[in-house]
Amino acid sequence: MSLSVEIAHRFEGLALDVAFDAPPGVTALIGRSGAGKTTVANVIAGLMRPDRARIALDGAVLVDTAAGLWPPPQARRVGYVFQEARLFPHLSVRQNLLYGARRRGRLREGQAELGPVTDLLGIAALLARRPGALSGGERQRVAIGRALLSGPRLLLLDEPLAALDPARKSEILPYLERLRDQSRLPILYVSHAMEEVARLATTVVALDAGRVVARGSAAEVLSDPGAVPALDPGTAGAVIEAVVEAQEADGLTRLAGAGGTLYLPRLDAAPGARVRLRIEAQDVLIARDRPAGLSALNLLPAQVLSVHPGRGPGALVRLRAGDAILLARVTQRSVAALGLAPGLPVHAVVKSLAVASGNIGTAG
Amino acid sequence: MFAPPSPAEWEILALSLRVGLLAVALALPPALLAAHALARWSFPGKALFNGLVHLPLVLPPVVTGYLLLLAFGPQAPLGQALDAVGLPIAFRWTGAAVAAAVMAFPLMVRAMRLSIEAVDPRLEQAAATLGAGRPAVVLTVTLPLALPGVVAGAILGFAKALGEFGATITFVSNIPGETRTLPLAVYAFLQVPGGEGAATRMVVLAVVLSMGALLVSEWVAARAARRVAGA
Repeated sequence: MSLSVEIAHRFEGLALDVAFDAPPGVTALIGRSGAGKTTVANVIAGLMRPDRARIALDGAVLVDTAAGLWPPPQARRVGYVFQEARLFPHLSVRQNLLYGARRRGRLREGQAELGPVTDLLGIAALLARRPGALSGGERQRVAIGRALLSGPRLLLLDEPLAALDPARKSEILPYLERLRDQSRLPILYVSHAMEEVARLATTVVALDAGRVVARGSAAEVLSDPGAVPALDPGTAGAVIEAVVEAQEADGLTRLAGAGGTLYLPRLDAAPGARVRLRIEAQDVLIARDRPAGLSALNLLPAQVLSVHPGRGPGALVRLRAGDAILLARVTQRSVAALGLAPGLPVHAVVKSLAVASGNIGTAG
Repeated sequence: MFAPPSPAEWEILALSLRVGLLAVALALPPALLAAHALARWSFPGKALFNGLVHLPLVLPPVVTGYLLLLAFGPQAPLGQALDAVGLPIAFRWTGAAVAAAVMAFPLMVRAMRLSIEAVDPRLEQAAATLGAGRPAVVLTVTLPLALPGVVAGAILGFAKALGEFGATITFVSNIPGETRTLPLAVYAFLQVPGGEGAATRMVVLAVVLSMGALLVSEWVAARAARRVAGA
């Protein structure tokens, strides 16, 4: 299943004009607040009618305003998980979960089964409760289950973790990873949190001021300084995939990454498990010669691909280490002092403890 | 003074309750529809519609009663049509209920509109994305969440219907046992020399009845609010 989207709309102060394809898996729509991310989600769900839109799902045209095709939300089968859960306060968790199934007659036909969904999301014990008695994380999991049980062809998640504290976020992320790995639905994930995007996204579409500024695989876009206007440079970072090799006696985990061997603080994963790491640009140092007497454990031979001076004193340097792309955030003074230029062989230094556990997820 | 109500007084009381209940039953569906329209729809002439809804509140009740007489009286086409299908209302207790319903209608719409406006439209959007069409959204989300206000509006309407005087006496007159509700009875007693005692007993009954309705409404609304809050 794949989704193709073209939307144009003129707001006061923002001209939205986007077109992108979302292949199966999780497509993250990233960008700063006001970039038009939520508008895109609302148009796809049918909650907001733009000047012009064409949306096709698996080749079948769902929306085409030029041809007068604008079905109402209830006819679209687009599951929507909102930032604030929006559970029905007067219904129990069970009734909330089955609301969409009941409306679409899936209950009568026995197509909606609570069991697999409540197991996937870990909400089986909450069925008899009212939403008022749930924690924020539980509410969001119920909202995801409610959308899944309505039999959607596409799932939209609009910053589903934004209203939660960090502990709740890390409680839900594993469920989202399972959802990504177990369902065949295309999932559009709207977010500006790089940590979530790096862990979940297969494909990333970066929006800035109503336009697509970068699109491609998560590893490509997140390490693309061209997409950085859509991000906060402070949060720039590359995503690499790695396989757990061994748990070492001193509490470190050895990983074979695309760019070479990495040592990280102990990961809760068996040897052979595939993981996804997000290495923030500000945690990567660059050395021209292989440094000696350095405490950092991860030294990856690399080559400079490009140098992108920022507006301030900083610059983002894009590096290729083996098959992996890394981003390093250094000062422009260092760029000059080291003579960093495309093609130059260097060493990338990554401090083991700098990779926060929130930046490590399972690979889909 | 404090003797239990006589059979004649019971009759007045029972008639008043009957008129009040029928009035609320008649006014409730259109009031809900009008409240939902005013709270959630946008259509041309909405301001005019709003004015029409509130007309019975601002017109002198006698005028409303006279308009009802013009529309539903024995000589009026509408009145004759109702006669023909066996539902005569002119000078009947059902007519008193119609008059009370018309007078209670704007008050009910106001209370219900406020409670519908207080329902988070984002919940209605969520329901739509889950496959609920507009009628289903109203029945499964909007109305259950607006229930405390709907109940309060209905009870307010009931209280108004019990106390309705001007439109009722103009439209269906003051016929003992047929259209003589509590306020009409008070008026009738006051027209007779020495009727003050009977009138006072009626007044006490009216106070008891109104206070009772108010307490019940508070209790029901609180219960409904608790149910909606889901605690």
